[in-house]
Amino acid sequence: MLKLEAVVILMQLNLTEITFLLPQDAELDKVRDLDPDEIFSDLSVGFLSTLSSVLAKNQLIRRYPDVATFAFFCRKANILANKKRYEDDIIRLGRGIVFHIAPSNVPVNFAYSMVAGILSGNINIVRVPSERFEQVDLISSSIKQVTDLPEFAIFKKRLFLVRYDRQSSVTTILSSLCDVRVIWGGDDTIDQIRQSSLPPRSYDITFADRYSLAVINADALIVETNFDKLAEGFYNDTYLFDQNACSAPRLVIWTGKKENIIKGKNMFWGAVEKRVEQYNMSSILTMDKLSALYWQSTQCEGIQRVTPKDNKLWRIHISNISPDIDKFRCAGGYFLEYEADSLNELKEIVNRKYQTLAYYGYSRKELSDFMKFNRLNGIDRIVPFGKTTDFSLVWDGYDLIRSLSRECPID
Amino acid sequence: MDIEDLMNINPYLLDKNDKEKLLTQGLVGLTRKHYAGSVHYKQMMDAIGLDFSKIKSYYDLPFLPVRMFKELELVSVPKEEIVKTLTSSGTTNQQVSKIFLDRETSSLQTKVLTKIVSDFVGKKRVPMLILDSSSVIKNREMFSARGAGILGFSMFGSQRMYALDEHMQLDIEGVKNFLDAHKAEPIFMFGFTFIIWQHFYKELERIGYYPDLSKTVLIHGGGWKKLLNESVVPDEFKKRLNVVCGIGIDHIHDYYGMVEQTGTIYMECEVGHLHASNYSDVIIRRPLDFSVADFGEKGFIEVVSLLPQSYPGHILLTEDEGVVLGEDDCPCNRKGKYFKVIGRIRNAEIRGCSDTYATQFN
Repeated sequence: MLKLEAVVILMQLNLTEITFLLPQDAELDKVRDLDPDEIFSDLSVGFLSTLSSVLAKNQLIRRYPDVATFAFFCRKANILANKKRYEDDIIRLGRGIVFHIAPSNVPVNFAYSMVAGILSGNINIVRVPSERFEQVDLISSSIKQVTDLPEFAIFKKRLFLVRYDRQSSVTTILSSLCDVRVIWGGDDTIDQIRQSSLPPRSYDITFADRYSLAVINADALIVETNFDKLAEGFYNDTYLFDQNACSAPRLVIWTGKKENIIKGKNMFWGAVEKRVEQYNMSSILTMDKLSALYWQSTQCEGIQRVTPKDNKLWRIHISNISPDIDKFRCAGGYFLEYEADSLNELKEIVNRKYQTLAYYGYSRKELSDFMKFNRLNGIDRIVPFGKTTDFSLVWDGYDLIRSLSRECPID
Repeated sequence: MDIEDLMNINPYLLDKNDKEKLLTQGLVGLTRKHYAGSVHYKQMMDAIGLDFSKIKSYYDLPFLPVRMFKELELVSVPKEEIVKTLTSSGTTNQQVSKIFLDRETSSLQTKVLTKIVSDFVGKKRVPMLILDSSSVIKNREMFSARGAGILGFSMFGSQRMYALDEHMQLDIEGVKNFLDAHKAEPIFMFGFTFIIWQHFYKELERIGYYPDLSKTVLIHGGGWKKLLNESVVPDEFKKRLNVVCGIGIDHIHDYYGMVEQTGTIYMECEVGHLHASNYSDVIIRRPLDFSVADFGEKGFIEVVSLLPQSYPGHILLTEDEGVVLGEDDCPCNRKGKYFKVIGRIRNAEIRGCSDTYATQFN
């Protein structure tokens, strides 16, 4: 029955409304007839590792650290290491068709979403960012090279990269076809996309607006020997995407002895400031920051900007921390700083919006005790400085492989 | 010298040194007044660590981004002293600025606008042809900066005639009769740049009606965004108007101004430069660190004005980019800085009067 309905739906679909980056002769009308694959199939692993080497050989990759990181993620060793989590005798097959809607502001995110969809054994339709990024072209042309190899030609029928006008009916039609819809985007985008209904057994996995923060143990920081490396890591956590990625820390919490905090701040921010000299900030962000600061000063008590060197890095000292602190943010180098007596003070502020906790100078045990003791509603991942943008198949608290596949127990 | 003394002298008389003293004294005074009178302003100044003892010149005073007036109600006198609230133009999904005027500020705005404009159209009121539709001021919903602009400039007209009907169509008969009745007199024309181009110039051209407007002075404002999209630069605008109606190129004056600093507009002189009057100034700031740009170097336009007594809008950072061309040495003989506006910084909301209207044509 479903197959028949799908044909009817596809007949309504005016394919001219869709631009296919891949493949050239898209056969979207046959998509519901295709079989799912097992998770981490040899075919999928082979496809991604080949993509990884094709990308690694491309000269352009040097210009795009985010694409390089993606290529590194797709290498065979990493994929196989990830596979280990699922090595049991349970049969897991892809759900069928996954429709991915990538965020418009992060160039490479669509590709990670696609990887999760492929490794979980699905046929994937991926809407790439509407904004034009060279990273998208680079990845898409590399995928084409791989699918031109005979052993991976099957992906021409199983993988579609698309662009289309948001105002068109394409979202509705693709939604009516899919088994899982993966939505990355702001809360408004998600609301809007949810206006398009899904088939009864299908569901959404949503990656909404999130808020991230960093914690620094000043007692450990003052004996750090490589501040340049630390600053580079922090730069990649934040400025690399204009501090606009969900995982980019916006609030920096300091703990430790008073004198170490004072010393640590100078050392840390001094190093970051040096690194940020190479950041190319758009003029409008300057205005955004000033407006954000003034707005915040009228809404929260005890706001004090630390006198900045220039407009690329602004630190806002807050003397008390309120539960709505995540509302006061700005892209492009706007950091709130708070000195806490202990990590447990975070209990007061962490809510469902909180995603990444970047840490420096804490042990695994301290962090895990902190999470268990406080039983927080938020914080889905805890990573060291420099690792906030690293993709993982467990994201926002979802195991993507399990979420995108179907288990069939045999008793 | 204070603002009252300024009323007795030419609005472009003061040179750099005189202005430095006048503006520093006046603007520090206003900063103190608003700091004491507006809780929000005090909170903002405290957040950036304003220290009055370190202020040597008005260049050192903090500026507010104009968009703060959209986000907050900023007022520094008791509510009962507010006699008028101005709002900026805005389409439905744009927030509007709210500017709260007390009697003194409102009266200063009128006096200073008169002072500045008289320098271009003369002190005597003359017949005025408004190149817009009267529905702009009749229709309450449309009554915004565009309506306020028309009303503000209307005080220079002895008799007023709206050249466009409610459908924005040129009322040719009406215009002919008006011009016939005032053949011997100089005439003052006012309108918004894009509307003049779209509904006056293009219409005259289309129907081949070439009235003799050689004795008129035209003042227009509202921004160039839409015209620049049509590749019409200011020189072209003037030339084409001159061809259709004989208006002198040196009688066409653009102005730069905003509802947040009504009154202290920046008029374009005969040579084509925008001028700061005695009552106000522009400072170009570098986006990197807000330091003061050199003459000839582009940056954000900061505007300062002595008029805002009832709201902290005396020092504003606009979202426009501009360049100071020189100071005290414009060939038109007016003192003060002269500059040009390059346009909105990227991604900024569309603001200004006729630009909101112009978006309908996109």
